[in-house]
Amino acid sequence: MIDGTQSFRFFNRGPSPAVRLVFFAVLSLLLMFIDARYRYLESARSAVSVLISPIQRMATIPGILWQQADDFFITQNAHQSLLAENAELRRQHQNDAAQLLQLQALQSENQQFRKLDELPIRHEFSTKLAEIVYAERNVFKRKVLIGKGSQADVQLGQVVMDDAGIVGQITRVYPWLSEVTLITEKDHAVPVQVVRNGLRTILFGSGDTSQLSLRYMPVSADIQNDDVLVTSGIDGVYPPGIPVAKVTKIERDPVYPFARVTCLPVAGVDNHRQLLILSSMPKLPERPEESPASDAGKHARPRRND
Amino acid sequence: MSYANTRSKPEIQRPVSNIFILTSLLAALFMNWLPWEGVWLMLRPDFVAVVLLYWCMNKPWRVGIGISWVMGILADVSDASLFGQHALAYTLLAFGGLALHRRLQMFDLRQQTIQVLGIFVLTYAIYTLAQWQINGYVVWAYFLGSLTSTLLWAPLNLMLRAMQQRRAERESRS
Repeated sequence: MIDGTQSFRFFNRGPSPAVRLVFFAVLSLLLMFIDARYRYLESARSAVSVLISPIQRMATIPGILWQQADDFFITQNAHQSLLAENAELRRQHQNDAAQLLQLQALQSENQQFRKLDELPIRHEFSTKLAEIVYAERNVFKRKVLIGKGSQADVQLGQVVMDDAGIVGQITRVYPWLSEVTLITEKDHAVPVQVVRNGLRTILFGSGDTSQLSLRYMPVSADIQNDDVLVTSGIDGVYPPGIPVAKVTKIERDPVYPFARVTCLPVAGVDNHRQLLILSSMPKLPERPEESPASDAGKHARPRRND
Repeated sequence: MSYANTRSKPEIQRPVSNIFILTSLLAALFMNWLPWEGVWLMLRPDFVAVVLLYWCMNKPWRVGIGISWVMGILADVSDASLFGQHALAYTLLAFGGLALHRRLQMFDLRQQTIQVLGIFVLTYAIYTLAQWQINGYVVWAYFLGSLTSTLLWAPLNLMLRAMQQRRAERESRS
């Protein structure tokens, strides 16, 4: 078949599509390999991200406008419910204030005891407010991007929370943005403790659903529905005592050595716009050399006490 | 086979300015980066893929594998996925468009849609495969996006063609 467009072949158009395909495919594979194995490409990534950030910012505008319109209609229509909500909030504020006073008293008391006992004093954490710029746009990943980056002194590994509990951890920092991996990301681990009895364990994200699970819990472990899990602070990444999740379902099947425990995060992992970034933890003292397996990675592994 | 019975030939012969191509690609990126969430994210068509395929088929010498690869890199950075994941998928998409462009130009929109579905499914499969290699699990609902992208093919095709025509008319008048 002789087609008219065939004549264009007389001109020099560079290498044929097949050659280009192979070249760019190999280039992509190479980049993927380098990116997955090493961290060489982070600077290139942040350079490109600065380049595309105007369009990204623009793409958030419709969402913000929509929210503003939503807020506007709420104030118009739901006057009554707003009043009720206000009253409720005021009541809660009074409650909280009373509790806060007690907390302050307890804190100073605790500090004094710790001084007496020569234990290191627990650090206070300063927080930074940041706004979510984009929610996850990738079906495979549980990640959000927040609107503060290295310009605002955000650092890798800092913990992100909202008013209720832990949301995630900063895994990549761009100049004006940083990427937060949510605790529901598959295999993301948080060392936790059961509030009721102090049982220590590790909480894992389960990926595609917004659930968390406790793996390797013995069938006989003392854990109940509605148990609240807080961070244990053992790893040196998450500060101690912040709520993480609530146990929702326990399946104890004697056939398996471990119970299957499903939890839901207490923080609104999927439904907030404002988040708090905690400042980094103070450095822990070096771990003694005796243990052969060194878990120097992101998540140190505390032992369970059973 | 002569030109007379190929339906879309007259439009294809029309020159397109680089600015128009660039604007359409940036608009596609913009659409992809809108804050889609939850179910809508699953159903989101890949606007960039659709627009790239359109240009690869209609202007195969202007938009090809190189530009597709660059768009893929931009998508990778914005998505926080590995460098090269989208780039690899879009490279294959562009190759599919280039390889099939003669045949697809003969077809009408309905027949094109069927062919295009194959290309999109392949593109999505490449991306998923890379993801599976890295993370070890697959979200099957992700493939819904290839279906919606295919559905988007006909309207977007008509829209871009109409815009091209309008521009060309305006230029010929002035």
